[in-house]
Amino acid sequence: MKFGIIIFPGTWSDRDCHYAINDILKQKAQYIWHKETDLSGYDCVILPGGFSYGDYLRSGAIARFSPVMSALEHFNSQGKLVIGICNGFQILCESGLLPGALLTNDHLQYRCQWTHLKTENTSTAFTSQCQHGQVLKIPIGHYEGRYYADDATLDELENDRRVIFRYSTPAGKITESANPNGSMNNIAGIINKKGNALGMMPHPERACEPLLGSSDGNIIWESIIASI
Amino acid sequence: MPVSKETLDEVALSEKEYQLIVEKLGREPSEVELGMFGSLWSEHCGYKHSKALLRQLPSKSKRVLVKPGEENAGAVDIGDGLVVVMKIESHNHPSAIEPYQGAATGVGGIVRDIFTMGARPIALMNSLRFGPLTDAHNRYLFGGVVGGIAGYGNCLGIPDVGGEIYFADCYAGNPLVNALCLGIARADKLVKARAYGEGNLLMLVGADTGRDGLHGASGLASRTFEEERELRSAVQVGNPFLEKLLIEACLELAETDWITGMQDLGAAGLTSSAVESASRGGGGIEIDILKVPRREKGMTPYEVMLSESQERMLVVVKKGYEGKVKALFDRWELRSDIIGHVTGDGLARIREGEKVVAEAPVNLLTSSPVYRKRVKKPEWLNKLQDFDVTSIPDLSRKNASSTLLRLLASPNITSKRWVYRQYDHQVGNNTVVLPGSDAAVLRIKETKKAISLTTDGNGRYCYVNPYLGGIVAVAEAARNLACSGAQPLAVTNCLNFGNPEKDDVYYQLKECIDGMARACRDLKIPVISGNVSLYNETKGEAMYPTPVVGMVGVIDDVAKHCTSGFKNEGDLVFLLGDSQTIDSSIGSSEYLELAHGIIKGNPYIDLEMEIRLQRCCLEAIRRGLIKSAHDCSDGGLGVALAESCLASGLGFSSYDLEAEGRLDATLFGEAQSRIIVSITPKSVWKLERLATRYNIAATKLGAVGGNRLILKGYIDLSLKQLGEAWWNGLEKLL
Repeated sequence: MKFGIIIFPGTWSDRDCHYAINDILKQKAQYIWHKETDLSGYDCVILPGGFSYGDYLRSGAIARFSPVMSALEHFNSQGKLVIGICNGFQILCESGLLPGALLTNDHLQYRCQWTHLKTENTSTAFTSQCQHGQVLKIPIGHYEGRYYADDATLDELENDRRVIFRYSTPAGKITESANPNGSMNNIAGIINKKGNALGMMPHPERACEPLLGSSDGNIIWESIIASI
Repeated sequence: MPVSKETLDEVALSEKEYQLIVEKLGREPSEVELGMFGSLWSEHCGYKHSKALLRQLPSKSKRVLVKPGEENAGAVDIGDGLVVVMKIESHNHPSAIEPYQGAATGVGGIVRDIFTMGARPIALMNSLRFGPLTDAHNRYLFGGVVGGIAGYGNCLGIPDVGGEIYFADCYAGNPLVNALCLGIARADKLVKARAYGEGNLLMLVGADTGRDGLHGASGLASRTFEEERELRSAVQVGNPFLEKLLIEACLELAETDWITGMQDLGAAGLTSSAVESASRGGGGIEIDILKVPRREKGMTPYEVMLSESQERMLVVVKKGYEGKVKALFDRWELRSDIIGHVTGDGLARIREGEKVVAEAPVNLLTSSPVYRKRVKKPEWLNKLQDFDVTSIPDLSRKNASSTLLRLLASPNITSKRWVYRQYDHQVGNNTVVLPGSDAAVLRIKETKKAISLTTDGNGRYCYVNPYLGGIVAVAEAARNLACSGAQPLAVTNCLNFGNPEKDDVYYQLKECIDGMARACRDLKIPVISGNVSLYNETKGEAMYPTPVVGMVGVIDDVAKHCTSGFKNEGDLVFLLGDSQTIDSSIGSSEYLELAHGIIKGNPYIDLEMEIRLQRCCLEAIRRGLIKSAHDCSDGGLGVALAESCLASGLGFSSYDLEAEGRLDATLFGEAQSRIIVSITPKSVWKLERLATRYNIAATKLGAVGGNRLILKGYIDLSLKQLGEAWWNGLEKLL
């Protein structure tokens, strides 16, 4: 089992992902510079958070043209796992690997806080180790995290049970006040049709130790490890 | 004199200083030289009014590796082969003119000071002061500054873990924006900002050079403020993405042995970075400004040398390694150009192609005059300090609860959540105690240790009594660290004052520094870095003298850190420290200003007791006796108890309170040297014995439990009422 962590210019969650996987889960993770084009040898590739190219144009809009992205598309089409976190989710949407878009938070502010995520589907490669409906305590840190998709896409996501995580109360209730950014249907994370690409705004790599306030993020990594 | 007064004004040199330059050079300086002297002899770079006073501050301890002024930031040993590199710096004047970019570039500048030394920045903090939010312009400044800090800091992936924000009328025209950055480096990999080794190359890296920020050091930072609007072009525009690339590339470079030094370009741009590096290295430098990549056409040598364009670094590359260094920067898509070399003649020589446009001895450029003034206590201070408590009516029992709610909702005390949730405070996977407690705690990976970090500085206290205010600023910062379980290690300070050429301001500066020096000496905490921001006034009115103390401490075992919120129902709550009600302790308090509109009366501190208290608290935490510890400061006992409840969601009920003195002083007096702790009932005896050993009073106040804050006979409020006031106080003002 080998994880790859892509570094775009401006990425900053790379080290946190590396720490969670190597130091906490004792698995192997390696950095991948965005100019690399060979992803063979990896089982799961992570697009971490950050501000790729400063997010000056639109989050992820420039990073999607990095050389590594066509390799990633090929990698994913072969059934390998891809997880995009925060800026990584934005890049996956920009590149078309995931549907929809992430707009500026409805309150027009960056938001760093703990959130609770209700697991909506436990029969995926990313959530198999979660209990049905389990609520995970995982923090967010973003300015553009409001999930948006047109009605048809949203219906399809819901009907196919591809909404994996929703912002909820600690008790698992999906409420407006639990939604930190105005995402449609409280969406925090979705998967692609094939079920092998996950995009999520919250940072599971930050919730990797009780000392830091939660280790719930590890369940996602453990699910990935169990599925390989 | 061949130079006009206007020209001298522009570079902020006095006629006397000009004469001195002519005398030492043996000729009239050229235009470029004059600009270089003006910047390097400015208060911002040369500390000419403050240097003599700053020498009072202790700067030595066994752990101090880099003292103030030696490098871009101070460094202190935390064991395990690691050092903490830390500095705080002001960006007040740029933020007053253009709040978003002013604050953003303040963050950028302080971060560069840290990674320049080969240290990875792991924490940011901000200490901010504004005029009241009832005024639209102040709201604009506040929103802009917070937005700028968030916009720049979040993009870098460095957690912003806290700080402080105060509001007062005197800051209306002149907000204070102080940014602190802390980094971690391996002791054997610290990089010095030194240009030495004849023939070694000067490489400029990062952004192109433009006309932005001309006269930042000599103009904005060293002048009073009438002319501020004209100086808008003196504020730079930040590019945090470029800074992020510089961080990663420079830290990679710090791991090599290809360079002799690194220095960022901050105030006075290329002039100060090149000349100061040469001064530290003991040699000279030669630069051809035609080799400096420009952002715009037609820039004069003067403009190139004084531009303060952001996100630029000067790297001193060992001859023969320039290809390797360039390849490293190329990989990070950063521009790098060789613009000159190190010489052995002790001169700073600036050429434009073949033509020499400036040539002056390095040690003359860096030897600004040092001014001392006689000090005399201003008359008006006596009036402020002479405060008769009996001249105001005591608080009535029936108003106690509503007064507490008003205090909790007041701008200086209310939760700053609206601000800190806009800052990414968790990136890096180190933040153990998030913003909102007495101090932030960050663990140090691959060790058992953690560091604790705080900022403190009560301008109101310093206004009424600069000496005591200086003592309190240091004592309170150390107390905050003690409450988190950390042994204080080092201080970085930012001294925000008015025009030092005025007698009253100079007195404040001297007294404040003396007070801080006294507290640092007695508490045995060295000052390792800092910054002076003078000329903070608008229309001739100085703001409060506001020293900001940034302090770092170390916790040997991160598992033993402590926080301010109560932990379990049934725990007992004690007040450690000053137990008697001192009526005069409402002097200069938040309560006195809020309830009576009075800003008078000395703050109260017993430094001897303070030291014993902090040692006692630290030992109690290390021995695991204490479950929570909270500094009792702004808003006194009432506010501190409410905060410990709100941080935990647990209530508190007091035993019968004997109000021996005045009720207002009992509930809201701000006597220093007090810490509220909670413990399990079975630890009572141990805590009392420990307190006796340190000769510290341990007064039993009550017990944790329920969902109300009850101070029998005086205050009875639900947590919901407290929370409504405290959590939302700031938002309601916006």
